[in-house]
Amino acid sequence: MMDFWRRFSRNRGAVVGLAILLLVFAVAAFASVLFPGSPWDMATAPFVPPGEEGMLLGSDSLGRDVAAGIAHGSRISLMVGAVSTVATLCIGVSLGAISGYVGGWVDDAVMRFTEFFQTIPSFVFAILLVAIFTPTITSVVFAIAVVSWPPVARVVRAEFLSLRSREFVQAAEVLGKSRLSIVVTDILPNALSPIVVLSSLMVASAILLESALSFLGLGDPNLMTWGFLIGSGRSVIRIAWWMSVFPGLAIFITVLALNLVGEGLSDALNPRLARQRGGAA
Amino acid sequence: MELSRLPGFLLRRGVKAAIVVLAIVVCNFFLIHAAPGDPASVIAGQSGAADERFLAQLREQFGLDKPLYVQLWIYLKGVLTLDLGFSHRQQIPVWTLIADRLPATLLLTGAAFVLAVGAGVTLGTLAARRVGSWADSIITVIALTFYATPLFWVGLMLVLFFSVWLEWLPSFGMATVGVELHGIDAVLDVGKHLILPAATLGLFYLAVYARLTRATMLEVADQDFVKTARAKGVPEGQVVRRHVLRNALLPVITFAGIQAGQLIGGSILVETVFAWPGIGRLAFDALLARDYAVLLGVFFCTSVMVVLFNLVTDLLYAVVDPRVEVQG
Repeated sequence: MMDFWRRFSRNRGAVVGLAILLLVFAVAAFASVLFPGSPWDMATAPFVPPGEEGMLLGSDSLGRDVAAGIAHGSRISLMVGAVSTVATLCIGVSLGAISGYVGGWVDDAVMRFTEFFQTIPSFVFAILLVAIFTPTITSVVFAIAVVSWPPVARVVRAEFLSLRSREFVQAAEVLGKSRLSIVVTDILPNALSPIVVLSSLMVASAILLESALSFLGLGDPNLMTWGFLIGSGRSVIRIAWWMSVFPGLAIFITVLALNLVGEGLSDALNPRLARQRGGAA
Repeated sequence: MELSRLPGFLLRRGVKAAIVVLAIVVCNFFLIHAAPGDPASVIAGQSGAADERFLAQLREQFGLDKPLYVQLWIYLKGVLTLDLGFSHRQQIPVWTLIADRLPATLLLTGAAFVLAVGAGVTLGTLAARRVGSWADSIITVIALTFYATPLFWVGLMLVLFFSVWLEWLPSFGMATVGVELHGIDAVLDVGKHLILPAATLGLFYLAVYARLTRATMLEVADQDFVKTARAKGVPEGQVVRRHVLRNALLPVITFAGIQAGQLIGGSILVETVFAWPGIGRLAFDALLARDYAVLLGVFFCTSVMVVLFNLVTDLLYAVVDPRVEVQG
């Protein structure tokens, strides 16, 4: 563990990213303490510029506090990011594991299926899914998972392909372990590090995807989200620039932090790769 | 690849593409059935009165009372003749709507693509020639920034900066409203409207291509044939252009094919922000009206565009690189 942290902290960007991420978590956790009451409630006059009348980041067209919206929205963004990543991993890891371990025509079929999902324009497909299954938080998470799993499946398959002929797997087979338990207890733990690195990037892209969907009006209508805030500020950008600038900055900072952490994780978990990249990276 | 083997290669790729398109059509068909409310009750609702007998008559008219596989067959035949259904909200066939908007989207994505590849490859080449130079830092900053920024927000910020504050460029539409322009003026007018949307869409991919070009160029530059060329006394500029860049561009071509779908997805967001009259904007309007027929039509057309683009990149790859395997 100490060794892991030493390698992780060698990447300065990753440490900064981790600090920012903890800050975002804190804001999400204390949103109702910092901004008591519903973010949908009118707090002041409409279109109050930032810094005036006690509105840190200004107010929107209905007099709602933009800062409160961002703080409460961070919960949804982080939650959607985390849950849809878990869902993505479930699909991607199972398909990748089956494909890589079983091989043969099963591998062929699964890879064709994966290719199909990589070919279709994923964002258009996500819009379609959310629109047809009506916008709720569940359908948004579902749509994100359905369009995001192919890279996971490919990475897991590649890992399984290289691990399944190794001696410890052969030993487990000779011992008469069932296939399922070999996959779960022998191969999967050894394939974990690329999955961990990939998931931090998945959370980041899920947050971006969610914000794009709710920007188009496909978010859950009962939940305050960052994308919704930007979408509602779009038509009044000439009068109230703060309505779209600040929620966008929130997304940018969070996703940037996640990407930096992902790079740090990759350095820490694949020390060989990190050394190859050398000082240039 | 030998030219004599090209037809077979094309045929195999064509069959593969056809299967993908077929799968998309089937996928579309089942999504229609998953959509809330069957088409008959939607039409009936719009025409006002709807008793049971009228509904039954509508179902019969549109074949909705037939078994699912018969309906699927009818739908497949329809799509093959470019009949993508009918938009009951706009009272126009879906294909007419899409064909009307297609040129605008092609112009936008094409411009963004040229910007991304042109500027990206140039920056990447400069960065690879001197690791750690200013081009290197620019790429790192652009990449980190644009990987983390929502596309639609970049668009809004460009509008805020260049249209609202500086008042340099128009912020919406494809042409100035209420002015008749002809010849070169009309072209310049569209060009002015194109700058911001194309830049929004192109900047993200610029970073991607720059990074990719830099990485592959560094890789190729280490190889023996490059050393040989240098040892022979080939001028440095020529080594970079003819030996390194040429080989480094191959992964860029592959990547362009993979990215095509995302470029089109991004154009929906960009067209929404800039009110660009393409199929992305059409999809957004259909979304607001819950016009599923149009949405499914847009999904089908964008998928076909991606498949066709992939065919072109495959072909290009095979022609550019004689070593490429033609199997599979």
